[in-house]
Amino acid sequence: MSKPLSGILVLDFTQFLSGPSATLRLHDLGARVIKVEHHKNGDLSRSIYANAFDIENESAFFQAINRGKESLRANLKDEKDLALITQIIKHADVVVNNFRPGVMTRLGLSFEDVAAVNPTIIYAEITGYGKEGPWANMPGQDLLLQAVSGLSQLSGADSDGHVPMGLAIADYLAGAQLVQGILAALLNDEATQVEVSMLEAILDFQFEPLTLYYQDKQAVVRGENNTAHSLVGAPYGLYKTADGYIALAMGAIVTLGELLDCKPLLAFTDPSTWFSKRDSIKTILAEHLVAQTSAYWLNILEPADIWCADVLNWQDLLAHDGFKVLNMVQTVSNIHNGKQVNYKTLRCPIRIDDKLLKSTLAAPSFGQHSVDIAAEFSSHS
Amino acid sequence: MKRPLEGITVLEFSQYLAGPYAGLRLADLGARVIKIERPVKGDACRQLATKNMWSDGDSVLFHTINRNKESFTANLKNTEDVATVKTLIAHADVITHNFRPGIMLRLGLDFESVKAINPSIVYGEVSGYGEVGPWKDKPGQDLLAQSVSGLTWMSGNDESAPTPFGIAVADMICGTHLAQGLLAALVQQKRKGIGAKVSVSLLESILDFQFEGFTEFLNSGKLPKRSAIANAHPYLGAPYGIYQTADSAIAISMGDLAVLCESSGLKGMTDFYSTETQYENRDHIKARLVEHFKTQTTTVWLEILSPLNYWCSSVLGYEQLTQHDAYKILEMEQTLKRGENSSITTTRCPIRINGRKLHSATPAPVIGSANEQLIKEFNL
Repeated sequence: MSKPLSGILVLDFTQFLSGPSATLRLHDLGARVIKVEHHKNGDLSRSIYANAFDIENESAFFQAINRGKESLRANLKDEKDLALITQIIKHADVVVNNFRPGVMTRLGLSFEDVAAVNPTIIYAEITGYGKEGPWANMPGQDLLLQAVSGLSQLSGADSDGHVPMGLAIADYLAGAQLVQGILAALLNDEATQVEVSMLEAILDFQFEPLTLYYQDKQAVVRGENNTAHSLVGAPYGLYKTADGYIALAMGAIVTLGELLDCKPLLAFTDPSTWFSKRDSIKTILAEHLVAQTSAYWLNILEPADIWCADVLNWQDLLAHDGFKVLNMVQTVSNIHNGKQVNYKTLRCPIRIDDKLLKSTLAAPSFGQHSVDIAAEFSSHS
Repeated sequence: MKRPLEGITVLEFSQYLAGPYAGLRLADLGARVIKIERPVKGDACRQLATKNMWSDGDSVLFHTINRNKESFTANLKNTEDVATVKTLIAHADVITHNFRPGIMLRLGLDFESVKAINPSIVYGEVSGYGEVGPWKDKPGQDLLAQSVSGLTWMSGNDESAPTPFGIAVADMICGTHLAQGLLAALVQQKRKGIGAKVSVSLLESILDFQFEGFTEFLNSGKLPKRSAIANAHPYLGAPYGIYQTADSAIAISMGDLAVLCESSGLKGMTDFYSTETQYENRDHIKARLVEHFKTQTTTVWLEILSPLNYWCSSVLGYEQLTQHDAYKILEMEQTLKRGENSSITTTRCPIRINGRKLHSATPAPVIGSANEQLIKEFNL
């Protein structure tokens, strides 16, 4: 199947997660991605990212983020390597970097430099905090972005203090926004600079609570128990049962009281109290729901169209038909040091024309495609 | 300034958050986005107020998600109105919807029918869990998608209850993926002249968000384990986390533990300086750091650590953030006026094009406010 971005060439100077997650998406949508890696260190996330299972001595995280790309080992301070990079830029549609502000300019690869070589290039950049202002040179690291953006006041309970979201959300969202900007710019035939900062991305992510804050200037209140969203009333939250947890999203409290045979809930006839008294209501629910199993409660609530779900971990999910039917898992492979390497990962979440966008290529070994790429582009004029 | 999507018309049948969030992004990038709403009530989000905040008859939430759009009312149960909508479709580049599986088919507005009207249409749809399988009719709701996806086991400390992300993260990410798919299909439409159907679901999107750890899990069989103390990412070792200080809190990112301990005066930690053991010993290390950071203010710690380029920062709430120069310089806020009595301050698009911030002064539409104009413009 021809993918929507087939024929698009992306030259990718990024490392870690934000930029590489963007180019992974472009790859899955059909683009060819050449990953330029520092001649000595390579992408630092090959080794020092997370405590994750190693695949051929490289982090499973690196493998997940960089599958399907080609690796070009290059010294950007070396004239010969820069000449090759310039050759590739002439044929590229998109150039992406997530260096700190100023680095690409010093390398002679600023937007103006690149546009002079290729007048229709899309030049995309991710920074931590934008290129100006007091934070411009602070490290664009996910936890720091969560900390300064107010995000750590949204999850958990008020008495928990700051609760970070336990994944690299600012990296991921900055990459996702960048993809949107790049694709929009590709609709025009002119050199375009697209910039996203992790800070602007993580603020956009909070556009609902921020907009409310702009109007009323009231600090976020999460509540004290079974919290799931600072702006939503009871029953919204997760509840412990005799054998696990269930999620309750929406439902009239009185109706819940009747269905669950929980008499104290019947007193909450005024819907405005479902927000103002959410901690009390949730406490009553929590004490009631812990007495029976998750299946017991779901068997009552689901047929009554109450919005609820079992709370699963990945193991439970993997075994569930609701997951299997998505066909989300794919096996990718590559030859590393003469040895075939296979591993499982997730596919692209977007479907085109009812088809799954699957891929069979694993992440490249460091510099794996350097020779071929040099041969291919030095023969181009 | 010309915006990249100028000339693109989007018909948005989507309601609530995921689909309309994609529409908002396309609008900010220059597209003309027309919401197709049922008469009188319109998008159900108009009546969905959080914190009971309203403006000019619509929830502030609706204003936030639907600014920079137009509204056209049509009763899709009425054949005349459906015919009118089909005329609009003939002039559109993109349509999006998030109806439950089967509804657009019954209305005669499924992909095949729409393609018959407009062969190069890009047709986007959002579901909760895909169109087949045991969950296909389950409500496509954010907390439920988080709960079945395993996401609630990433935040909070080990031994504590599963902790949801306190924001509609599945909706937001799914809307982002929808916009990506629509835009990729528009690139294809431009290059090859063909349309496409783009489908996303809350569940596939929130799983994609977990793709790094999930890859680790698929190959090692090991589930993620949150640290018992100051958890901030189940796969990262000490000291990664947020710690209380004498007056507030400090975020301590990854870095050289020796530098952290020696500069800040924490003794007896040399056994943990080797990075290999900082994951397995994370709770022990973090327990020491919790006691240590309490002894001084955030300012004192930052004055010690920042000059050493140790990755750390203060932890801000919205009040402190919005007063900070680093925030103000972003010009993230914009105020939109709708009539005499409605003024909403909200955020702008996070993407910059050619160095320009994409502000837009157009407020969320009054229901049906574009009917007259569109009837004239397209001879409906």
